[in-house]
Amino acid sequence: MREEAILRTIYDPAHRAHPYALYDQLRQVPVRWQEDGPHEAGTYVVSTYREIAALMHDPRISSDLRKGAQSGGPRTPAAPYTFINLDPPEHDRLRRLAMRHFGPPERSDYLERLRPDIERIAARLADGLQGERTIDLVSRFAYPLPVTVICTILGVPHEDQAQFHLWADALVEGVGSNAPEARARRLEASLALNRYMAELVERRRKQPTDDMLSCMATDAGPEGRMDDPYLVATAALLLVAGHETTVNLIANGALTLLRHPSILERLRHEPDLVVCAVEEILRYEPPVQLLANRTTLDDVSIAGTTIPKGVLVTFALAAGNRDPLRFRDPGRFDPERPENAHLGFGGGNHYCFGAPLARIEGQIALRELVRRLQGPRLVVDPPPYRPSPVLRGPQQLLVEVDGVHPT
Amino acid sequence: MSTAFGDDKRILIVGASLAGLRAAETLRAEGFRGRVTIVGDEPDEPYDRPPLSKGVIAGRFPAAHTALPRCEPLRDVEWRLGVAATGLDALAKRVLLLDGQSIEFDRLLIATGARARPWRDPSQAKLDGVFTLRGRADAERLHARLAAHPNRVVVIGAGFMGSEIASSCRELGLAVTVIERGPAPLSGALGGVVAERAGALQRDHGVDLRCYTTVDALEGDAEGRLRRVRLSDGSALDADVAVVALGAVRNTEWLRGSGLAAGEFGVACDAGCRAIALNFIVTDDFFVAGDVARFPHPLYRHQFLALEHWSNAIEQAAIAAHNMICAPANRRPHLAVPAFWSSQFGVNIKSVGVPSAADEVFIAQGSLAAGRFVAVYGKEGRVVAAVTFNQGRWIEFYQRLIESAAPFPPEASAADRPTPSAPIPVAFPDPTAVAHEATAILTGYDATDRRVQWIPRRRAAPAHGAVNPR
Ligand SMILES: Cc1cc2nc3c(=O)[nH]c(=O)nc-3n(C[C@H](O)[C@H](O)[C@H](O)COP(=O)(O)OP(=O)(O)OC[C@H]3O[C@@H](n4cnc5c(N)ncnc54)[C@H](O)[C@@H]3O)c2cc1C
Ligand code: HEM
Repeated sequence: MREEAILRTIYDPAHRAHPYALYDQLRQVPVRWQEDGPHEAGTYVVSTYREIAALMHDPRISSDLRKGAQSGGPRTPAAPYTFINLDPPEHDRLRRLAMRHFGPPERSDYLERLRPDIERIAARLADGLQGERTIDLVSRFAYPLPVTVICTILGVPHEDQAQFHLWADALVEGVGSNAPEARARRLEASLALNRYMAELVERRRKQPTDDMLSCMATDAGPEGRMDDPYLVATAALLLVAGHETTVNLIANGALTLLRHPSILERLRHEPDLVVCAVEEILRYEPPVQLLANRTTLDDVSIAGTTIPKGVLVTFALAAGNRDPLRFRDPGRFDPERPENAHLGFGGGNHYCFGAPLARIEGQIALRELVRRLQGPRLVVDPPPYRPSPVLRGPQQLLVEVDGVHPT
Repeated sequence: MSTAFGDDKRILIVGASLAGLRAAETLRAEGFRGRVTIVGDEPDEPYDRPPLSKGVIAGRFPAAHTALPRCEPLRDVEWRLGVAATGLDALAKRVLLLDGQSIEFDRLLIATGARARPWRDPSQAKLDGVFTLRGRADAERLHARLAAHPNRVVVIGAGFMGSEIASSCRELGLAVTVIERGPAPLSGALGGVVAERAGALQRDHGVDLRCYTTVDALEGDAEGRLRRVRLSDGSALDADVAVVALGAVRNTEWLRGSGLAAGEFGVACDAGCRAIALNFIVTDDFFVAGDVARFPHPLYRHQFLALEHWSNAIEQAAIAAHNMICAPANRRPHLAVPAFWSSQFGVNIKSVGVPSAADEVFIAQGSLAAGRFVAVYGKEGRVVAAVTFNQGRWIEFYQRLIESAAPFPPEASAADRPTPSAPIPVAFPDPTAVAHEATAILTGYDATDRRVQWIPRRRAAPAHGAVNPR
């Protein structure tokens, strides 16, 4: 394979199930040019842990692709930029305005209060599996859990959730794909979702409830409120950024545990091990494999290479997570790995906003599966994958079980 | 696993706090199986001090919740807590204890840290309501008094400690006056430009801040309770609590007569943490780490730095412990760039390098007015330090600029670089003599591979081999 085309090969769906040998190859040169990949103009790919970590904390790296020379990745023109695609100070301000209603310092107890709700949702989904012998864990469990949770957080009423799920599907389908049909479907869903959210914001402003959207819509904090278009776009961001990622965490997690029966067995007796197991899944099979959304504001010299100003920069999180200079025996799944500072949630100022929630969801979901499924075994290995190399996870995860324990 | 320093050897650590504990853990983690004894004059097992001036005195959590986590079980370490070391017989390799006993050793680690500088007048210092803060017991006493709603708290000295105490008092809704000799809080550590922002922060949070002012006297009533604080401007404040926050004194008295270069400014040691004798010969069996140490730093012309920084204590302790037990050829230098943090009035402050070595400062990101910024400090065209207010996630980047002696002002075009922006004089009230060494750079990423490299004098940063495929 040509050195400049490793990333292209990673993008090729044929390699979706086994990308890690390619990531190892990528890492032979910490920072290098790659043709194609996320954008036809090509990208610099950073694949070693140390260099990814350094550039995530480098103020010359921008997440606002309008500042780059290239036209930027896929976009939905209808919505304003949200903080994931903005730089400080705008990024910081908008993120703070959202975080006020989600976590510390202002709302430190919020997620803990949510925990019983998430446990109930997971238990209900597992209840629904009773009596079945062959189960698709993606469609029946991994998938519905995060959408239901984010609906609860945002305050999407129960009766609208089915429609909400459909939009979410369309939006996340083929993130990282430039195919015109995928783009069109995404745009359509995004417009519909925005209309819906705008309306919901209005409703919540008139009759606020305890959810995040009500809080954001009525905020009277020291920094004021987000303007409505941003508010609507941020709600959509929370849905999109937190959806397929968490689906993949749960599905990748279940798959990995089924491939490591002794660890699965240990989890039955030591349920608290799930906390570290989730971290190790985020390292070993990260739901977000590539971050192809950065550009340089200047020439940046690193690891013997100068990345010129204005090009697209890609962080290969999946490669950094298996860098032997940082993780001993990186190809081994080891829930007891010490100092597991993986890159699964990114790093620096864009470090995943929803990480505490995703962790709780992942822990609750896997604990519930381990507890409820009797004698689970994989039907197809490797399972079929979704097309995206960026948000990578199984399309379907068929398991056979001897039964499903009652709650 | 066995170490060069054999299993039959005895190591004694004096000072059972951050540096002492980290050293003991490193000894065991690196496989030393000989005897390890830790002597400490406080009754408690090692605990963490930074929370004392923050959450503890503000009552957010009890002092008992500050125990330092253990990275190693340390079951086979002998603890001698609640007893002070009173002397060192360097020839006999013996430490004398206050209870009359003594402990012999093959190698010693001195980690006795520092204590709060007391109020200069002992009878005034004894008044009920006058406090200093260094240990857990101090914090408990001070918290109890603050929780009883005193009418006014006077904080003497607006360094990091004084400012954090004032912040905690405001958190409790108490009336606070801060007395500062310099032009602004933190001006000695951060320079006038950034300090002005720290002053605004205090005033915005309702602190009665009096700069260019000192305290002449603390006055009590017949019962020996603090009543008034008399100021250098001739005025007086009614106050029932005064917290003296005038810096720290190194705990070196017990080393008097030992032959080591120990004094008011700490115990001198080399970059390998070996203590230096009064005759300036480096010793083999006496090591130093933490707040009590003074060590030469290659980035600062090998001047001796004495730091009161948490991260310095743990890094230096780990290096000292490593060097105590390894073969001489495997010794490591303590080269970490100085770094510390503080949190006060809702702001997280971080600092790397030595700001007081600078003569110019430059706002590289954010804005002073908004209270969120990165200030980069320069001297003779080099970056020597950086300070962030609520922008701590960028600090590693600036640390690398310091390590590589990058040009100042930095060329980096951050997205939130203010315009226009230009370096301005840093304005230290009394500039100290710390100089930055423009011909040394640090390489490597952690203690195991950190090296000093000498470079010819030049203006630009080292040119990396540029590889551009297009
Ligand atoms: C209130 C407070 C807040 C702080 N906040 C921060 C912060 O935000 N950021 C930061 O970077 N740093 C902070 N620091 C500084 C940091 O805590 C110190 O750098 C660190 O404690 C140094 O550790 P050490 O082990 O060297 O010394 P110490 O912690 O001072 O420990 C020395 C120990 O030795 C004992 N000892 C002394 N003499 C003898 C003797 N003769 N015999 C036996 N034992 C003896 C002492 O009682 C003490 O237990 C703060 C310090 C304080 C007091
Ligand atoms: C396992 C699940 C998840 C993974 C692996 C994950 C991963 C990531 C990563 C790698 C980033 C960094 C993006 C970048 O640097 O450009 C990120 C950002 C983000 N994530 Fe997550 N995420 C997960 C779940 C969630 C959830 C549940 C939410 C919402 C509640 C969420 C909301 C966000 C947001 C809003 C950002 C942008 C943050 C910013 O730009 O400041 N994520 N996530």
